[in-house]
Amino acid sequence: MLHLEHVAKNFGGLPALCEVGFEVKAGQLTALIGPNGAGKTTLINCITGILQPDSGNIRFRGQNLVGLAAHQISHLGIARTFQNLKIFPRLTVLDNVLAGLTVQGGNSLLMAMLRLPYLRHRERRLKLQALDSLDRFQLSAKADWPAGILSYGDRKRLEMARAAVSEPHLLLLDEPVAGLNSEETAAIAEQLRILRSAGHTMLLVEHDMDLVMSIADEVIVLDSGRCIASGTPDEVRRNPLVLEAYLGTMEATA
Amino acid sequence: MTSKEKLFYFIYLHRTGLTVAVLSTVLLVYPLFQDNPYTLGLSNLIAINTIVVLGLALFVGYAGQISLGHAAFFGMGAYGSAIATVTFGLSPWPALALTALLVALFAGLIGVPLLRLAGHYLAMATLGMNFVFHNILLQWDQVTGGPSGFAGIPSLAIGPLMFDDEVRLHYLLWGFTLLALLLCLNLVRSGVGRGLAALAGDETAAAALGVDTARAKVKVFVLSATMASIAGSLFAHTYNFISPDSFDIFVATDFVIMVVIGGMGSIWGTLVGTGLITMLPEWVDLFETYKDFVHGGILVLVLIFLPQGLVAGLVDMVRIKLALHRQKNAPS
Repeated sequence: MLHLEHVAKNFGGLPALCEVGFEVKAGQLTALIGPNGAGKTTLINCITGILQPDSGNIRFRGQNLVGLAAHQISHLGIARTFQNLKIFPRLTVLDNVLAGLTVQGGNSLLMAMLRLPYLRHRERRLKLQALDSLDRFQLSAKADWPAGILSYGDRKRLEMARAAVSEPHLLLLDEPVAGLNSEETAAIAEQLRILRSAGHTMLLVEHDMDLVMSIADEVIVLDSGRCIASGTPDEVRRNPLVLEAYLGTMEATA
Repeated sequence: MTSKEKLFYFIYLHRTGLTVAVLSTVLLVYPLFQDNPYTLGLSNLIAINTIVVLGLALFVGYAGQISLGHAAFFGMGAYGSAIATVTFGLSPWPALALTALLVALFAGLIGVPLLRLAGHYLAMATLGMNFVFHNILLQWDQVTGGPSGFAGIPSLAIGPLMFDDEVRLHYLLWGFTLLALLLCLNLVRSGVGRGLAALAGDETAAAALGVDTARAKVKVFVLSATMASIAGSLFAHTYNFISPDSFDIFVATDFVIMVVIGGMGSIWGTLVGTGLITMLPEWVDLFETYKDFVHGGILVLVLIFLPQGLVAGLVDMVRIKLALHRQKNAPS
């Protein structure tokens, strides 16, 4: 579904990504792991059009994403969450999720100002869809809260609800359990399993090894901007290059 | 549900429509109780300012941008109508529409490069635009009448009905203002409105959610400029005389102050903000003399203590209190 080839990105001569290539298959949960500074978030930003790669190809359902703007990529059916949460604190929880349906809300300023009957119907349908998504993420009791007063764990769930509400073809999750306690992590993991069994294709960027190893279909390991390993969780766990990247070489630790 | 609960639920569900209905009724009967032309004149001025401030509230409060140049669009509307009717002999209504169209085109043309700027740079650029416009009004006196102003602008009329006294103007101007209010309320409750709110909240997140941020900004800029232009035309036809000082940079900042008082992301707040700032010099003479100091002081105080704006800030506080209160009382 998503195909990366030779993707490279430099920041002022400093290579952040180098010759990265892998594939995300439809219906699978692919995990992207790697130590801090490996280039995981840079890669996500390149896929979603927030950054443009210097070279390489990123193809999504047959279309090249390189050169497209962020909103155009979103229109193709790629939704994402952000590592450093980007919820809208002053909007209500429900409106935050509805913002994930902006595209379906129509985008003509004049039509919106006239609030024609067909738009009113659409609004009602979108609201039901948003409430449904809140329900799936156990946030419906807080639908009319200003999102700014939610706890950290709730905010993480809200971002996922907002990204998933549009039923995207591909869902990119940037560290959904970072900073959560084990109970909250378990809840998110359950959520990810539900999303996958509902047929969502996901690319999960994560530090939490237990989570990744327990739910990913395929794992890709990034280190210093290079793709050093890929395969099933078991294959990756046994790969000496991965052990080295995470634990250091014998000489370095000795 | 008991019938009392049902009533409350009905009110809650239709709160926007009901508030508009109540406001319309009050405005409809207002001239029956208040026939002092001076007071009516003041309320008419509030109506005109509100149209400008509504548009600006969309641009500043919803889309999260800044403009210290909307007095220029207000002035373009006023002078456009004046020149079209007096110099070129057009009748007032087509003049108003033509001027609004030209201002919209102009705003679209300068909006594309202008809105690549953000924050302080955008503030300075729009302020500069307003400054240049004000200077053109002062210097190009064959066309604009220069510092002494432009006189003899005809009143608006529908058939034989001339809008030339305060009561008639009350209905005309507040009619326009209510219409603008309704259109803006519809807009912010739509998908487009949520896209704008997202844009104000976080531009990267808005783009990732599918909002074409560059386009959305220009669209709202054009909309707000058009509204300011229509308000300016109404202003010219109401007073039959205009002069450059009604469109200088201090007026432009006053519009922004009205938005800030009313609040970021509050359509109803604009009525409060516009009313308060328009009335302030009437209540206390001191404010008249030191108007710019007082307005600047209010702006600084509001931004320090309630950065979302006065009305919106208070509303937010109540909403948070209510949500927390309900959580405490909810059976867990």
